[in-house]
Amino acid sequence: MRKYIIQRFLQLIPILIGITFLSFAMMRVAGSDAVTEMYENRGTAVSQEIIDAKKAELGLDQPFLVQYVSWLNGFLHGDMGTSYVSGKKVFDEFVSKLPATLLLTVMSILATVVISIPLGVLAAVCQDKWVDLLLRFFSFIGNAMPNFFVAMLLMQLLSIKLNLLPVIASGVNIRSALMPMLTLAISMSAKYMRQVRAAVLEELNKDYVQGARARGIRESVILWKNVIKSAMLTIITLLALSIGSLLGGTAIIESIFMWDGVGKLAVDAITTRDYPVIQAYVVWMALIYVIVNLITDLLYHCLDPRIRLGVNQNG
Amino acid sequence: MDKSARRKPKKQKNYLKKRFFIFATLALILVVGSYFSERLCPYDPYEQNLSIAKASPSLAHPFGTDRYGRDMLSRVIVGSKTSIYSTLLLVVGITVIGTIVGIICGWNGKKLDTILMRISDIFLAFPGLVFALAVAAVMGGGVQNAVIALGAISWPKYARIARSQTLAQKESLYMRAAILSGCSTGKLILKHILPNITGPILVTAMLDIGTMMMELAGLSFLGLGAKPPVAEWGSMMSDTRNLLTTHPWVTFAPGIAIFLSVMVFNLLGDTVRDLLDPRNER
Repeated sequence: MRKYIIQRFLQLIPILIGITFLSFAMMRVAGSDAVTEMYENRGTAVSQEIIDAKKAELGLDQPFLVQYVSWLNGFLHGDMGTSYVSGKKVFDEFVSKLPATLLLTVMSILATVVISIPLGVLAAVCQDKWVDLLLRFFSFIGNAMPNFFVAMLLMQLLSIKLNLLPVIASGVNIRSALMPMLTLAISMSAKYMRQVRAAVLEELNKDYVQGARARGIRESVILWKNVIKSAMLTIITLLALSIGSLLGGTAIIESIFMWDGVGKLAVDAITTRDYPVIQAYVVWMALIYVIVNLITDLLYHCLDPRIRLGVNQNG
Repeated sequence: MDKSARRKPKKQKNYLKKRFFIFATLALILVVGSYFSERLCPYDPYEQNLSIAKASPSLAHPFGTDRYGRDMLSRVIVGSKTSIYSTLLLVVGITVIGTIVGIICGWNGKKLDTILMRISDIFLAFPGLVFALAVAAVMGGGVQNAVIALGAISWPKYARIARSQTLAQKESLYMRAAILSGCSTGKLILKHILPNITGPILVTAMLDIGTMMMELAGLSFLGLGAKPPVAEWGSMMSDTRNLLTTHPWVTFAPGIAIFLSVMVFNLLGDTVRDLLDPRNER
């Protein structure tokens, strides 16, 4: 097991280098005249000498790889440059907005789990009965709706018609988080419920279930003691995989509901072409995603005795 | 797949074929209809007429008009062209590129395989839409750039599938027989590998159409895809967002259009998957 963990960490290194390099290269290609653009954003016309001087000051006249290494070095020390627009340190700005996004993400995941796992199991147990058909119908509809459309429907229904929740967030608090959370959870649950249902059905169709039934074990015992327990592994993995789409989805949802997190920060940065902020966003989201995947992978190994023992045998 | 388990195989196959026929027809109607969209719309989708701005739905304007008095029905119809064609182009593009890379990796093995697969690992490490956001932001928006952005992050999935399928085929008995009988590499790949690996790739591509359509619309919604006044469903929704409280139909019309098209392509994708599922053969 320990060998596996070490191996898994070693595998991460090239990926992390790749992520940072790609993000850096992308922004450098785009921001090759970042300085010119910075002055343009400020609305001042300046001479070529000043631009060159500024470029030298920012190290933009150096070779690409040198720039990358010094950028990475800064990144590791918590320095991600300064925002072109606000002039603030990107890292500080980012860290100050990260809790809001994490709160929203965690709440959405919890809501998704609470909604979709019981419903998915229910649909699998009642396969082809009306409950199943109804749930599948809803999940199908949810699957075909982009999350911003869901957001607007919710706004229309919950805020404007029923006046239950605020249309846009007022500060970072649970009440304001409910609408964006619901939006993200609905979009995610629609997909996830199907996957839970499929995972449980797959397990239900295995031979051991039939064996247990033949021995007269109660259906509920089979379901809770065996089937759900075995299906849980797949369910957890699938949940981790869907976090990627959640992280991307938060950008749109945050900016619709004016939720003051990193997603909104990034979308605002995109409109003002504030490259350091966009760069920070991409790197951070990729890092979070990689870490979530790593944890899932390790968890998977802890939970599944077959894999755990298999690794032990090899090592 | 699920509903079918209890049906007799032959009956099941016929049922699936019928389902495929229906959804393929619907999808075809969408694709062909959007090609002729300019001729199908009742009004000029770009003509502004402030005297009828923000009109409520009526017989003349079933979806009402937006704040410039443009007929929403016409705009939704014209928007289909941008949305549907860019999505199809995107999906075809990533399928072809991913498959080529995957076959090269699987066939060649060795160093090239390692390098290309590590590169695809890096792309897979990014949450999809996040990366696409950044690429589109760097390239400055526009439908074309949004398609490139989503393509850049989406091809590795196909490369993965094509590679593993190629590897499996390479080891098979018939493959060795073909090699022994002196088939050229090109013929081996085109005649033997490609037809045998298209199934899973095709299914993935069909199921991806809906997702890609929504992601493209999402980018446009953020202002990174089609730019107003070009009619595109995502950007139309974001454009009319502030009318939501008073004139919700203006915002919902393009939303429903996305919803319905995604649904048709999803249903078609599901059907193709079930049709190609070996469990439904026999």
